[in-house]
Amino acid sequence: MPRIVANAARGLSFYGAVAFFVVLSAFPFYWMLITSLKTNADLYSVTNIPFWFNDAPTLEHFRYLFEQTLFARWLLNSLIIGLCVVAITLVTALPAGYSLARMTGRNGEALGIGIFLTYLVPPTLLFLPLSRIVADLGLQNSMWSLVLVYPTFTIPFCTWLLMGFFKSMPVEIEEAAIVDGCSLLGAFIKMAIPLSLPAILTVVIFTFTLTLQEFVYALTFISSSAQKPVTLGVATDLIRGDIFFWGEIMAGALIASIPVAIAYNLFLDRFISGITSGAVK
Amino acid sequence: MVAITDRAAQPASRFRFILDRREVLGSLLVAPAVLYVLLLVGLPFLLAVYYSVSAYTIYDPSWRFVGLANFRQIIQDPVFLQTLGNTFLFTFGSQFLGLVLGKFGALLLLRPFPGRRIVRALIILPWAVPIALATVAWEWMFDSLYSVINWTLIALGIITRGDAPNWLGTPHLAMLCVIVVNAWRFFPFAIVIFLAGITAIPQDVIDAATVDGAGFWRRNYQIILPMILPIMAVGLIFGIVFTFTDLSIVFLLTNGGPIDATSVLGFKGFQVGIVSGDVSHGAAISLFMLPVLFFVVIGMLRFIRRREI
Repeated sequence: MPRIVANAARGLSFYGAVAFFVVLSAFPFYWMLITSLKTNADLYSVTNIPFWFNDAPTLEHFRYLFEQTLFARWLLNSLIIGLCVVAITLVTALPAGYSLARMTGRNGEALGIGIFLTYLVPPTLLFLPLSRIVADLGLQNSMWSLVLVYPTFTIPFCTWLLMGFFKSMPVEIEEAAIVDGCSLLGAFIKMAIPLSLPAILTVVIFTFTLTLQEFVYALTFISSSAQKPVTLGVATDLIRGDIFFWGEIMAGALIASIPVAIAYNLFLDRFISGITSGAVK
Repeated sequence: MVAITDRAAQPASRFRFILDRREVLGSLLVAPAVLYVLLLVGLPFLLAVYYSVSAYTIYDPSWRFVGLANFRQIIQDPVFLQTLGNTFLFTFGSQFLGLVLGKFGALLLLRPFPGRRIVRALIILPWAVPIALATVAWEWMFDSLYSVINWTLIALGIITRGDAPNWLGTPHLAMLCVIVVNAWRFFPFAIVIFLAGITAIPQDVIDAATVDGAGFWRRNYQIILPMILPIMAVGLIFGIVFTFTDLSIVFLLTNGGPIDATSVLGFKGFQVGIVSGDVSHGAAISLFMLPVLFFVVIGMLRFIRRREI
């Protein structure tokens, strides 16, 4: 009997701890959801129980967000920025990762580490000179400035990721293709790229989510509402004077968060092995 | 007819011959990435260093060299010294809190239980979702009037409505808030880093230690901990770099206030360099991040080099 009690107590404290972590992580997102569906009268009342609906739920905030604000435009901007940055990143990082893994020997190793370290150079160190460069190119206040600048962190990260992937890929396949009359470049294009589709998919997803998560450069370069990406627009543009449109802000934050959250959960393991590949054998 | 195709084929084959040399093709393939990084990271970095020793502002874009005058002026500013202190407090406070939460969370997730996948998916959320959006949700939770945290505390009878804290409007509480939000953002990352490290340890190593008589603590601190130390260090390096140089949480949650109580280096550099247009002083403030980044990079290199041995 005491053993059963002890087991139950242990199980209870275990699930209690799990529940604590789940609430800690997920509550702000639950809060986004419930805020976005409440009427204003329900939101701005200090006596109502805030955790559940006191009035019937409403889609009014979502309707307002899409009809009266530039939210749809911000989503489109983010999509365009994301796709362009993905294209630039793939075109540069794929050959670079392959070359560093296969062709350049020990110098390649050092160069690879050098490129990866630039991933650690923070935006808050570079935003002043970059805003000048962006202005000189006539891109100030335009979302194309972000298309230009975002590859500065996606290229290093993805080159590193792809380098690790190509190193783990058996070299014999390409050697066989070369023996069969394929050129070096042909072996890369016809053999290595098709075999690395899973890694390419990872790179696409992560480049896209990294562009969605970025905030500092967007904040620095873009002030006109119509050019903002969705993260910046939701965080800074749904405030009029001192009035926060909490229902709309939370609705927008929720919509922009969902795709990133799903992508991360699906590709988490590859992301982790990408950044820690230097530390575990 | 034959002659024409021959002439067309000859340059192409010479071109191919060059492309078939490993080192030539290798450098060609890596060149675009290196050029991009040199032009848009290397060059701006040098420009930032030059800004910090010039008199450059957006109103007077002169390149006049003023030596270390900007740095001297900055160091004498008590607000800057406070900012510097805040940055360290913000970084190490939130990293410590994040690591503690991460270690406990990893211990929980190590054990299989029904629904573990869903729990893991939910715990990852703070790190996956764009931090600017999550910070806005926290701002709403810390609202001076409609704070759900205060409502709960009042409902539980811990405080009364009269002395409900104004989370973001009181200096020490505001600092606590930005630290907590940043720790909240990083602890899932710490969890997955711990898990990646622990699951990479071969089970037979732990079994062998158990057979040799190592108990729970000994296994934990003399076998597991040293083996996951490198991966932990890499995680910590990422955490420190991205926290030490961050501005989004502070910008959105408190805007550096109240009265500079939560101002950090990245935020101050933004305020001075972009908002006020005093580019040279802004650049000098940002450059104070360099020594920390430098040590971090050295640490990173050490752990990366291990792989080659």
